[in-house]
Parts: sequence; C-alpha cells; structure tokens
Amino acid sequence: MSLIKEIDFGTPIRIADKTVTLTIDGESVTVPAGTSVMAAAMSVGTKIPKLCATDSLEPFGSCRLCLVEIEGRRGTPASCTTPAEEGMVVRTQSEQLHGLRKGVMELYISDHPLDCLTCSANGDCELQDMAGAVGLREVRYGYEGENHVFAKDKDGFANENWLGLDTSNPYFTYDPSKCIVCNRCVRACEEVQGTFALTITGRGFDSRVAAGPTDFLGSECVSCGACVQACPTATLMEKSVIQMGQPEHSKITTCAYCGVGCSFKAEMQGDKIVRMVPHKDGKANEGHSCVKGRFAYGYATHKDRITKPMIRAKITDPWREVSWEEAIGHAASEFRRVEAKYGRESLGAITSSRCTNEEVFLVQKLVRAAFRNNNVDTCARVCHSPTGYGLKTTLGTSAGTQDFKSVEKADVILVIGANPTDGHPVFASRMKKRLRAGARLIVADPRRTDIVKSPHIKADHHLQLKPGTNVALVNALAHVVVTEGLIDEPYVRERCDLADFEIWARFIAQEVNSPEASEEFTGVPADEVRAAARLYATGGNGAIFYGLGVTEHSQGSTTVMAMANLAMATGNIGREGVGINPLRGQNNVQGACDMGSFPHELTGYRHVSDEGTRHIFETMWGVSLDDEPGLRIPNMLDEAVGGTFKGLYIQGEDIAQSDPNTQHVTAGLAAMECVVIQDIFLNETAKYAHVFLPGSSFLEKDGTFTNAERRINRVRKVMEPLSGKHEWQVTIDLARALGYEMPYAHPSEIMDEIALLTPSFAGVSYAVLDKLGSVQWPCNDKAPFGTPLMHVDHFVRGKGRFMLTEFVPTQERTGARFPLILTTGRILSQYNVGAQTRRTENSTWHDEDVLEIHPFDAENRGIKSGDLVALASRSGDISLKAEVSERMQPGVVYTTFHHAETGANVITTDYSDWATNCPEYKVTAVEVRRTNYYSQWQEKNREEDVSLRRIAGKSTGNLADAAE
Amino acid sequence: MSLNYYDPAAVKLANMAKLGHMAGQIADYFKSYPEEQAVAAIAAHINEFWSRRMREDFLATFNAGSEGLHPLARAAVVAIKPAID
Repeated sequence: MSLIKEIDFGTPIRIADKTVTLTIDGESVTVPAGTSVMAAAMSVGTKIPKLCATDSLEPFGSCRLCLVEIEGRRGTPASCTTPAEEGMVVRTQSEQLHGLRKGVMELYISDHPLDCLTCSANGDCELQDMAGAVGLREVRYGYEGENHVFAKDKDGFANENWLGLDTSNPYFTYDPSKCIVCNRCVRACEEVQGTFALTITGRGFDSRVAAGPTDFLGSECVSCGACVQACPTATLMEKSVIQMGQPEHSKITTCAYCGVGCSFKAEMQGDKIVRMVPHKDGKANEGHSCVKGRFAYGYATHKDRITKPMIRAKITDPWREVSWEEAIGHAASEFRRVEAKYGRESLGAITSSRCTNEEVFLVQKLVRAAFRNNNVDTCARVCHSPTGYGLKTTLGTSAGTQDFKSVEKADVILVIGANPTDGHPVFASRMKKRLRAGARLIVADPRRTDIVKSPHIKADHHLQLKPGTNVALVNALAHVVVTEGLIDEPYVRERCDLADFEIWARFIAQEVNSPEASEEFTGVPADEVRAAARLYATGGNGAIFYGLGVTEHSQGSTTVMAMANLAMATGNIGREGVGINPLRGQNNVQGACDMGSFPHELTGYRHVSDEGTRHIFETMWGVSLDDEPGLRIPNMLDEAVGGTFKGLYIQGEDIAQSDPNTQHVTAGLAAMECVVIQDIFLNETAKYAHVFLPGSSFLEKDGTFTNAERRINRVRKVMEPLSGKHEWQVTIDLARALGYEMPYAHPSEIMDEIALLTPSFAGVSYAVLDKLGSVQWPCNDKAPFGTPLMHVDHFVRGKGRFMLTEFVPTQERTGARFPLILTTGRILSQYNVGAQTRRTENSTWHDEDVLEIHPFDAENRGIKSGDLVALASRSGDISLKAEVSERMQPGVVYTTFHHAETGANVITTDYSDWATNCPEYKVTAVEVRRTNYYSQWQEKNREEDVSLRRIAGKSTGNLADAAE
Repeated sequence: MSLNYYDPAAVKLANMAKLGHMAGQIADYFKSYPEEQAVAAIAAHINEFWSRRMREDFLATFNAGSEGLHPLARAAVVAIKPAID
C-alpha cells in the first residue's frame, strides 16, 4: 500500500472541440485549445517547476518559477499563463531558465525558515521540492535582512514584519512565517469554495494572507479545507499532521455525511487516520470537501464508542456486557417469543441511510425472509419518500435526473426548500461557481438563506413564501408558463402524455392558481412570481434543486409532482444543465431506498405485489415472500402505541431524536418488548432498547454508498471494526439465529446478489467500481458505464405524466394559542442528530440549538438574543436560547435539531405527507415566550440520559450525549 | 400533550381517527380528478401502501356511510382490498 498522489497538471485541462499540437522539448503534444503550456507539458510527463500553480485553480503567474522559452517569442513567458498554440516550439530547460529559476528560489528561501527537518510539511513540501528541482545550493543574501521569519531581529528588537501562529481553527493552523504569498489559499477560497474569506493585505513585501481583519475562527471561513489543501508549504497545515507526521499509505473511500457523497483519500499511518483529503478524481466532489467530511471524523475513535454487545431485560435495568453469541441468541429468542405471542406482523426493522448498500440489503432481506413480513422501512420515510413517489409517478423513476456536474451547464437555477451552503456544501460550491460565471438564480425559501445573497452571488428572485405553501407557489409559476404561452410545445408533444397534459393545462390555467390569487397564501408578491416564472421558462437551461423544504410537508409529494410538471412543461428534463434534483440528506439515503428498504418495494422500486419480481426473489432466497405492503415507520409507531407492534431491529438510526413528535416515538418504543439497536453510540433510541449490537463507522467497512446523483461509490475499510465483527456479519448471525442462512464471505458477494436481483444494478460489481471509480445507476447491458443523465430520449415511464396538484393547506393551523410557525433545518458544521459531529471539534461553531426569531416577533414578546425562551406547540414544549435574526420573516421561527438535549422534535407533530407519511417537520404552529426554566420533558430527558444508559460495572454519565 | 399515549382506549381511538385522516388526505389529493377516477385512485393508493392490518382496522371503523370520512374516501371504501390472510 502506498500514498495515492493525483497528477497535478498545474492549470486546469480545458474542454474544447478544437485541439492544438505543439512541440515541448522536442516531443509533439496535442491538447484541447486553451490549455496552458504547463498543463500540456505535464500531459506528457514533463514537470515544469512551479509554486503558485495547481490545477484546481486558474493560473495566476506570480511565482515566476515556471518560465519557459518559446521559439519566436521574446523573453521567458510563464508557462502557466501562456496558452498552448498550434505549432509552438517550447523549451522547458535551458541554461538561461535554470539561472532564472534558481534566482527566484534563492529569493524565496532568503525569507523562509530553514527548519525543514522539524517542519510539519517535511515530506510534503512543494517549496522544498522546488529548491531541490532547481538545484539551489546557497542563498547569497543571507537571512538577516528584512524578513517575515523571526519574531525578533538580531539585536533583540521585535520584528514588525513577523506575525504569530494562528491556531484558532480547531483543525488547522496558519503560520505566517512560512508563507510565500503564492495566493493559492486565497484563490482556493474564492474559486473552489466560493466563500471569499481570505485575502491578501498590504503590498509588495508587506503582502500577507489574512482571514479578513480577524483570526481564522472569527472570520467568514467555513473550514472547508480547500486552502489547506492548496498550500504548498506548512503555512496552512492540518493540526493532525503537525501532531502525527506524514501519512504513509492511503485508500480511497466515500464520506459518510451528506448525500453529496464526496470521495476522500483516507491518509493513514497504520490503522490511524492522519487526515482525510478530498480525492480529485472523485466525480461527486472533484477534489473539494467541507468541514464535516474533511475534518469531522474523530467520532470514529471517540471514547463513547460502544464496542461490546449488551443486553438487558427491562429498559430501566443497567446494560450487561455479554458475548456476541449471547447477544444475538437473546435477540433472536426474544423476536421469536414476541412473534409467537403477538403474531408474524408484530416485528419489523428500520434500515439505516448511513449504512452501506450491502448492509441495508441484508437487513431488509432478514425482514422479508426471516421475519417473513414486509415491515421494513428506512429514514428516507422522514426525508425524501415524497421524492420517490412524486418522481416515479411523473417521470417513472425514484431519483434525481442529473449528475452534479450538469450544474455547470445550467443557465437558470431554481432552488426550492434547500439550503445547499449548509446542507450540501460541496455541491453548493459547484453551484456558486456556475452562478459567478453568470447563471441566474431563483430561491424559494421562507428564510433568507446564504445562497440568497453571499459574496458575488445574489438571487434574481427570492420568493420568501410562508411555510406550507410550496404547492401554491409552484402552481403559480406553472400558471404563468401556461397562460403566457411559455410552454415548450414540441417537447411536450413529443415526450409527454397529451391527454394528461391537457387536463393539467386547463387546471393550472384556472384563476385560483394565478400568482395574484395565491399571493394570499404564499405571501410572495405576484409580479415577483411572474418574473421568476418567465426567467425559468425562457432563460435557457433551467435546473431545479430541492431539499427537505419541499418534501417534509403534508403536501410534499404534491410539490414534487408540481415541480416535475413545471420542468416538463418548459422542456427542462433530459439533457445537461436542466433537470429536477433532490439534494438528499444522508450519505446513503438514495442507496437505502434502492436496496428495497421500503415496506411496499423490493430492490429497484418493484412493488411486493408484483408476482414476477417476487418470484425471482423467492427462487434466489428459497422462501415465499409476503405480497402485502408492510408498515412504514409512523405506522409502526402507531401500532406500537396501540399494542400490536412489539419488536423492532434498528440499524444505525436514532428515531427518538430524529423523528417527529418525540413523545409519541418514545411511547411507541417503550411499549415494545424487544428493541434491538445496532449503532456505534448509545444514542437516544438506545435508552429504550433491550439489545445493543455494536456497529462500525464507515472507516471500518467495505461496501458502497449511493449518493444523490445515483452514483455508487466504494467505501473501503481502513481499520478493523472496533467491535471485532463487521456489521454485515452481525446481520447474518442474527438471521442464522432466527433460522435463516445468508451465506456471504465478503460484501462484494452481497453486491453480486443485488446485481442479479435488480435490473438497474445488473452491471454493478466491485470489479467494475474499482475499474471505473464509480457508476451512476442504471448500470446494465444497455448502459455498462452507468447513466449520468436520465430520461434522455424518452421518460423512463414512457410518456411524461402531468399530475394535477391542487393546493390543500395543511391542517396544522396557527391561531390565538399558537400564532407563529416553526420550521426546522440544519447548519453547516453539524450533521443530522449530531451523534457524529457533536463528538468532534465541529461543536466549536455550533454548540447548541437556538431559536431564530424575527425582530418584530421578538420585540412583541420582549425577547433579546441570548434569552432563554419557551417554545410550545400542540405536541409539547421545550426551552432554548433565542437569536433575533432578520433572516426570518415575521411570524416564522426556526431551529435545528442537532442536539439531543434540546429536543426540537418534542415540538413537531404527527401530521404527514398524504402519499408517503413523510412527517411535516417544516410547519408547526407554536408560541414563544421568555422563561427561566427548562421544560418538563427536558428535565425528564436529562434524568433519563443517566438512568436509562447505565452499564453494569461502569461509571455512569460519560455516555450521555448531554455530557458532550 | 394532547393525547395520553399510555391510555389504550384513547390511543385506539386516536389511531382510528388517524387512519380516517390519512384517507381524507389521500382523497384531498385526488379530488381534482373526475369522481370515478378519483375514487379508484384513492382505493388503489391505500391498497398499494397500507398494510393488511391498517386496511383491516380502517374497514372495521369506517364504511360507506361514515360521517366523519371524506366523501370520496367513503366512496372508495368498497374498493379497498379486505385483509385476507
């Protein structure tokens, strides 16, 4: 095993139809027009010395190290800023060039510390490499002159040019004394991340990299790591490298946070992670990362990890550590006991969107083949199940239509109910790059999110609608398209079902759907809606990106279909730059859905009542399968509270924190007789469990994740499971104890079975993934390299189907008692229930959930930022700190659900999407008032953090999330 | 908390009301379609996504004459697949 190093071409390889051929050091080279001489040289393996150039950034031409000679040209141009031209004759080495480069390096080194042996970049320093490459042997200027290196001059006086180390960021340091002012960090922050947090202050010898007028932590910096990665010296350096030294080998794996699914190189010393570096060849992220994937991996080895199986008879008993055999035997016998007493349908399972496809597949197989029912569901139920329903109904497939790269070709970007800079930051960076290059932007969101306005980005239209009125708004957009003659008629005629289209067009043209009529509900000015609709319909390639602000409503599925209608009517599906794309929450939520985690569907979205499909599974699995749909998570909980659902196997989910109406969830869990949790931490749900089976972090796994663009990426094991057993083996053992054998020796064999059973995965295997890096499903005989774009010539379902989407207001209403609307969401540094990120330094940025409230509502209630406020709904009440913010509109408050002790979901209700039961997290009627107390629920929860988490023979307290 | 989750009678009542509410929501979606089509679609949706026991509980509580039920859902009751084990 060795350290994976991608080739750095120095400047981006351009995409062009035309090529040019030139001669470099006598060798003929052909490259796309617009490619630099430097990149052309590297494409045949000729490394021209460089410092300020790297191929993730546009050329800059400041270091003057990459000079070359070109026949017929005067002087020595910089090869990074000189485009290759037809017939050019280039020399990269000559006596003259050698002398010039050496002179440049001599100047650099005269103002650089010579502590190479003890420097953290030792072994990975481009400055050192270049000094070697140009043959620098002496520095004639000495080191005593004016410099940035020493704190004091030789007479003991303070050096005005010297700046101290900035260690404020928890993950990396900035050492100005080692800076060569190549600008790579500043440009990375601007071009790659798009945050513009860094700058160069001063001029000439005074030029310094600065995070604005403050330190890194206090600045706009989002800690994505792009600057650290771009730095050629030890100026910006991971603290982990400073502490541990350079890694010696690496493996490519996939991030376990959001649905972007970034590829990373896990750089290792033995089985210890030194750092995670985004992989340049990863198609989802192309070498970029965010603060979660890049830095927040420390939870994997956190002291709270539970690594021994445990059981207990009652949830009030302390846990007892037992052997694997005893834990699995106990779980199986309990499940069988429950089944005997309450019937076959009293058992079920929840699969995890954080686990691999292979692990998820096994759990649903266990349910169908060993429990012999279809009571399996996954956390997509509470996030993107309406996407599955809505896109399947209209287009024919339960997934997004594009790859992420497609955004580079979009002309008008419509973001609805998504907060990409916080929720999907790496994709947001790609989107912002396209916006800076001129694409137009429409944002529909109740809050003024960062994408609405940030440096060099400004939405043309921010449609700041009231929560719960998405359908009215999207209908109004479509109304304008239809009534103003903006329909792409040839497209609709060729590709869509015309009868359905005509019914829809008549429906949507009704006055009730006009922007003027819907303004009453949405609160968005009609002319703003009209202008936005015209822009989307006529501005070129129109691309829709949406998130949970669309799906987590009582009309979530309707909104998804309304967006599909809008995209079809304007001809915006089926090519690059357009489409309708869910930004999925969790790393493998697409995969969990694909793997047959829904109670009504087998893998590849085939209904359990379909005899042909069932027969294939029955033959392969050797059991007969139930042809009736099973229970969805909310149904399981209803039946648990009602006394008919009694046993649950939960794989890596924390429904007691993540699911709505916490008191309903915990009452359901408490009513069950056998709750088995497979997780890495003793999470909130585990307080109600009887068996705990220790799981593994993604670093301990071989498998695959499927991201929001249907991309199947490999997850590769870099350390052994801390529990001594792979998760997939645990599921197999449990199935065996239940009397059902699943013979696999490696996750690759599980994928082979998935491929055999699932037409859209027929061409997927570990060999194919190792060869291609990743593939987007469908991947089969018709598309052996996968399918970046869906619905290219025709829709998967045949003709695109327009569905009627009448606006039906939610039954959750505001009134005198609960006059405000609460909507919930996420923040950049924390992830979902926070079980992972709260156990990292990411809490530096966000250590508690706060309630955002508009100044008007705050003033009415005498609330100031920092006050403790009581937040109450019909479901329950909690207390948390207020933050007065103009990002909110009057009448709407907002919070996150990252911290268990806050209990944001105590507030949310049982209301759900009509088609899928996806909970309505985004609309809850609430009241807010000042308080001095934490709520009863919070006090009880604090007590139970200790009383329901005791482990026999261990001191209590340190396992509670609250004690983080 | 509006509902005591530890009171079996109250919970049963609430669960049945919830099934009626869910059927009403489905009906509210399909009501824009012509009645015949809507009724068939409502029943098909319930048959496709509700478990055997949910349908059984629903049919035990509601019938074509149930007052509290959305009129279209009422019309769909006859087309909901009875639970046969």
